[in-house]
Amino acid sequence: MRIIVAIKQVPETSKVKMDPETGTMQRAGLEAIINPLDLYAIETALRLKQAAGGLVTVLTMGPPKAESALREAVAMGCDDAVLLSDRRFGGADTWATAYTLAQAVRRMGDFDLIVCGERATDGDTGQVGPSLAAFLDLPLATYASKAEWMADGRLRVERLEEDGRQVLALPVPALITVVKEIASPRLPTLRGMKTAKALQIPVWGPEEIEADPGRIGLKGSPTRVVKIESPKLTRAAEMLPVGTQQELDDALARTCQFLRQIGIEPKNGGAA
Amino acid sequence: MNPAGAVWTLSEYAHGRLQAVSFELLAWGRGLADELGVPLCAVVLGEHLPDSTLQALIHHGADLVLALEHPALAQFLVRPQAQVLRALVERYQPQVFLAAATTTGRTLMPYLSILVDAGLTADCTGLAIDPETRLLLQTRPAIGGNIMATIKTPEARPQMATVRPRSKQPLPVDPARNGCILRHPAEGMDLRADVEQLAFIPNPAQDGSIEEAEVIIAGGRAMKTATNFALLQKLAQLLGGSVGASRVPVDYGWQPYPRQIGLSGKTISPRLYIACGISGSIQHLAGIQTAEKIIAINKDPDAQIFQVADLGIVGDLFEVLPALIERLEQCLPAAD
Ligand SMILES: Cc1cc2nc3c(=O)[nH]c(=O)nc-3n(C[C@H](O)[C@H](O)[C@H](O)COP(=O)(O)OP(=O)(O)OC[C@H]3O[C@@H](n4cnc5c(N)ncnc54)[C@H](O)[C@@H]3O)c2cc1C
Ligand SMILES: Nc1ncnc2c1ncn2[C@@H]1O[C@H](COP(=O)(O)O)[C@@H](O)[C@H]1O
Repeated sequence: MRIIVAIKQVPETSKVKMDPETGTMQRAGLEAIINPLDLYAIETALRLKQAAGGLVTVLTMGPPKAESALREAVAMGCDDAVLLSDRRFGGADTWATAYTLAQAVRRMGDFDLIVCGERATDGDTGQVGPSLAAFLDLPLATYASKAEWMADGRLRVERLEEDGRQVLALPVPALITVVKEIASPRLPTLRGMKTAKALQIPVWGPEEIEADPGRIGLKGSPTRVVKIESPKLTRAAEMLPVGTQQELDDALARTCQFLRQIGIEPKNGGAA
Repeated sequence: MNPAGAVWTLSEYAHGRLQAVSFELLAWGRGLADELGVPLCAVVLGEHLPDSTLQALIHHGADLVLALEHPALAQFLVRPQAQVLRALVERYQPQVFLAAATTTGRTLMPYLSILVDAGLTADCTGLAIDPETRLLLQTRPAIGGNIMATIKTPEARPQMATVRPRSKQPLPVDPARNGCILRHPAEGMDLRADVEQLAFIPNPAQDGSIEEAEVIIAGGRAMKTATNFALLQKLAQLLGGSVGASRVPVDYGWQPYPRQIGLSGKTISPRLYIACGISGSIQHLAGIQTAEKIIAINKDPDAQIFQVADLGIVGDLFEVLPALIERLEQCLPAAD
């Protein structure tokens, strides 16, 4: 059994800045971490491997320093890693990213499952997973909150929708994107860190994955960022202190008035 | 009237009804179609699509409804739905194709964008037509709402976007509106499903999803126990809303994960958000930037949540909430 996990290295989001000229992120100087939502993907892959045996390969496309994200994943228990890194991959939107990952997966040969995170916290699109499934014509389940092998070799997945849970059976090879609920990520182990340190990580460019130069990077991206703005975060809150009974009464009166002003009226809800 | 070259919206039809968000999409689509001078076409897939349902789309602003019925479309399975949409897009070549940024839209559209070789912008909160180039300007929050990016799709067609639920009010219903319903045959389409749905487990009835709620009352660490959430439930009932949470109550198991708001949970855009005992960490704020109005209750006057609030109540939530509930109950229309 071979499981591929696609992870992305992202800047620590609480401190990110954008370059208003180019519309791209100024990544320089920021701490780079594994996309926090991808830790659940790694954990899911490791558990599914433990249940059935096999290997977990972790894959990322990014600048050369994204190698550190791969080593961290190996320290958690992944078996090997592939880095897609080349200047020509730069500036890719989700279409071009998914194309590039698909080419890499083709080069990697047989596999049973690809696991992705729900979305990356920088671009925040959640589009790469489903797009990768489309490129490879793989059975797809997004928003997986549970995944386990069935006796017939298929993967049973519970998928979170707004109104409930869809229970699906996916024949392999397949692709899933997972949400936080699925498992809590393990920490790197000492042994894992040793393996990670010694591991040779191949770096592939467009030639190694036989990518069409017109379909990668900024050139291969159908979308263009044309403007970046920083919205004003703060609103001028009207502060209502509640120390005394009088203050409480006043605050409640003001709150009820505020609710009326914005058109929200109390109602006799349900079984109240 | 013809769906070719038009503005399309994907209407979600699930569990025997149209999802409310489909009407919001028509409000977005109407503005764009008028600007471009082309028809607005609502696309619907399902097993049985009664005329009355399809008419509702016309009453909400569609000029034309493109409907496709087939047993393979009864449940939400990505491959057959995407292949049908591919066939329709290739045949009619719409300029613009919008879907809701729901679990359905955010699964189907990225898959479709590959099948039709088009770009896709996720989770937009603003859409407009560029007066010069006539291109669709797609505006979306990124990096946890810290920036707003505007995105164009210069060449690939259709220009595809998913649109955040509750980012626009539906148009008023006009039962006199005329439009035509086009029932497209399924013959020749690739309807093979690669995934099997074993079951669907609906959420308990009182648990409305937070993405579509007009009012959300959320609790944080200060709630202390699962049972204390009954207080928020009560307020939610009075205001016709849903209950949400910061990450802490979810990690402790006081609330289920689908109720988590923020960076690793849901992004919400309700008319009113009430944060109770939530400090306002950057990760939590990431999920609430597009709420219309925010009320915060926190006993710490310096809590960061007050920086994004419209109304800030500085006090103990266990004192404020019961008093607020009592007061609102007094304002209730007399029960019959
Ligand atoms: C990668 C990552 C992803 C994350 N994703 C999310 C996410 O999606 N959503 C999220 O919410 N967090 C997320 N977090 C966690 C986030 O950083 C904070 O830890 C969390 O939001 C804090 O929750 P809180 O405000 O409920 O708790 P606290 O920060 O502990 O705040 C509790 C607040 O309650 C107030 N309080 C206490 N008692 C009372 C009382 N009786 N009456 C009134 N006020 C009272 C206190 O003054 C305090 O301000 C994430 C963190 C990381 C690192
Ligand atoms: N550059 C990348 N390299 C590898 N995997 C990626 C990359 N970008 C996105 N992914 C995967 O796709 C998921 C969704 O990312 P996104 O669509 O960018 O929000 C992530 O959680 C990863 O699993």
